Amino acid sequence: MASLRATSRLFTAARPAFRQSIRSFASVSDTAKGGAVPPSKTSTIKEPTHDPEAKIKTFHIYRWNPDEPTSKPRMQSYTLDLNKTGPMMLDALIRIKNEVDPTLTFRRSCREGICGSCAMNIDGVNTLACLCRIPTDTKQESKIYPLPHTYVVKDIVPDLTQFYKQYKSIKPYLQNSTPPPNGKEYLQSKEERKKLDGLYECILCACCSTSCPSYWWNSEEYLGPAVLMQSYRWLADSRDTKNEERKSQLDNSMSLYRCHTILNCSRTCPKGLNPGLAIAEIKKEMAF
Amino acid sequence: MLAQRAAQQSLRRLAASQPSMLSQMAFKNTLKPLAIGSSTQARPISTQKLTPTDSYEILVAQRKNRPSSPHFTIYRPQITWLNSIMHRATGAVLSGGFYVFGAAYLVSPLFGWHLDSATMAAAFGSWPVLAKVLAKFAVAMPFTFHSFNGIRHLVWDMGRQFTNQQVIRTGWITVGVAAVSALGLAVFV
Repeated sequence: MASLRATSRLFTAARPAFRQSIRSFASVSDTAKGGAVPPSKTSTIKEPTHDPEAKIKTFHIYRWNPDEPTSKPRMQSYTLDLNKTGPMMLDALIRIKNEVDPTLTFRRSCREGICGSCAMNIDGVNTLACLCRIPTDTKQESKIYPLPHTYVVKDIVPDLTQFYKQYKSIKPYLQNSTPPPNGKEYLQSKEERKKLDGLYECILCACCSTSCPSYWWNSEEYLGPAVLMQSYRWLADSRDTKNEERKSQLDNSMSLYRCHTILNCSRTCPKGLNPGLAIAEIKKEMAF
Repeated sequence: MLAQRAAQQSLRRLAASQPSMLSQMAFKNTLKPLAIGSSTQARPISTQKLTPTDSYEILVAQRKNRPSSPHFTIYRPQITWLNSIMHRATGAVLSGGFYVFGAAYLVSPLFGWHLDSATMAAAFGSWPVLAKVLAKFAVAMPFTFHSFNGIRHLVWDMGRQFTNQQVIRTGWITVGVAAVSALGLAVFV
């Protein structure tokens, strides 16, 4: 794309001279005016015909435009031929945006499940659009909503300000007041490092938190599964010495104990992590 | 592409090292755009500059309008959250029923209600068999479900049975065991 743009620049400089010389050659032929239109010899492009092999699937997508604040959110339907679409939901969304409706708005970046931008509710389950295959059953129509119980910025873009604020509130960084014993770095045994597996891989896509009914009703005060799992990631870290401060921050009725072990979080995590287990481990540490 | 870059760079270097030479020469006007690269492209939209406070005010105004996205009406029914809501509902029904009956029993002499065991048993005994079984099942099912799911919660509190497969399996086992034991209570007790 960038190269195209650059070459087009090169041509703009040279274009005027070119164009005049071409114009002098191109003229409307008199035979065409006479009525006898010669049959086209260049038509290699056929008229679009109905393709019997086409796998037409319908996508219903949640739409809301902040420029029309009085209008209510609505569902808009798009149809795509799956034979011409990539395998993932994100491919379908990108194709709709490119070819059908450029006003469709969604977040996406890495298209390989490491950035967490394209988290949304697809067919009733929170997941990353880039990791979610389009169900090939064309009779089933797919529904795409923003992450549940979030404020909608536009279409399927949710406002995650509160989520990030909560993440900030747990101080997600190493806190250790003593200098490292060897003067360089804090060392860990292999066993201590192993405790962080399944915790540090979280990409903070907010799929789990917004799948939690408890978080739906109490997102102002309850931290939610994603943030609590990160809280446990620092509690479990052998190099972090502020365990007591971290635990006392959670020791109230709302921050941690609004978790009722519903386990929608672990069920929906697109990275296959287990926030429910991490929260149970925090509760155990707080109890004993 | 590469050739153009090279030409641009050399022209830029020339312009930087000998600005006087460039200004004298006639190609100043013709080749300068090529050297800089014509950066003025027609844009279909216009932008306006905003101070941080202005943009913050726009954000605040927009936040007032933002709708909340749909939640439990669109979330797929799964054993995880359905069992959880049933646990809460059965708990509310059991404790609520206990309180209502207890309070009614307490005030029954004042209103002349006959809620003592003998009268209740006699009234219940006159029902047809099917109604008896259904009524007993309706009371027993919340009780068994809440009890077995409570055991499931105690296991979770020990940090066990947390993988997705285990959660789904124990969830359905709870439903099955609760239904069978409730039926047993309704038929045989």
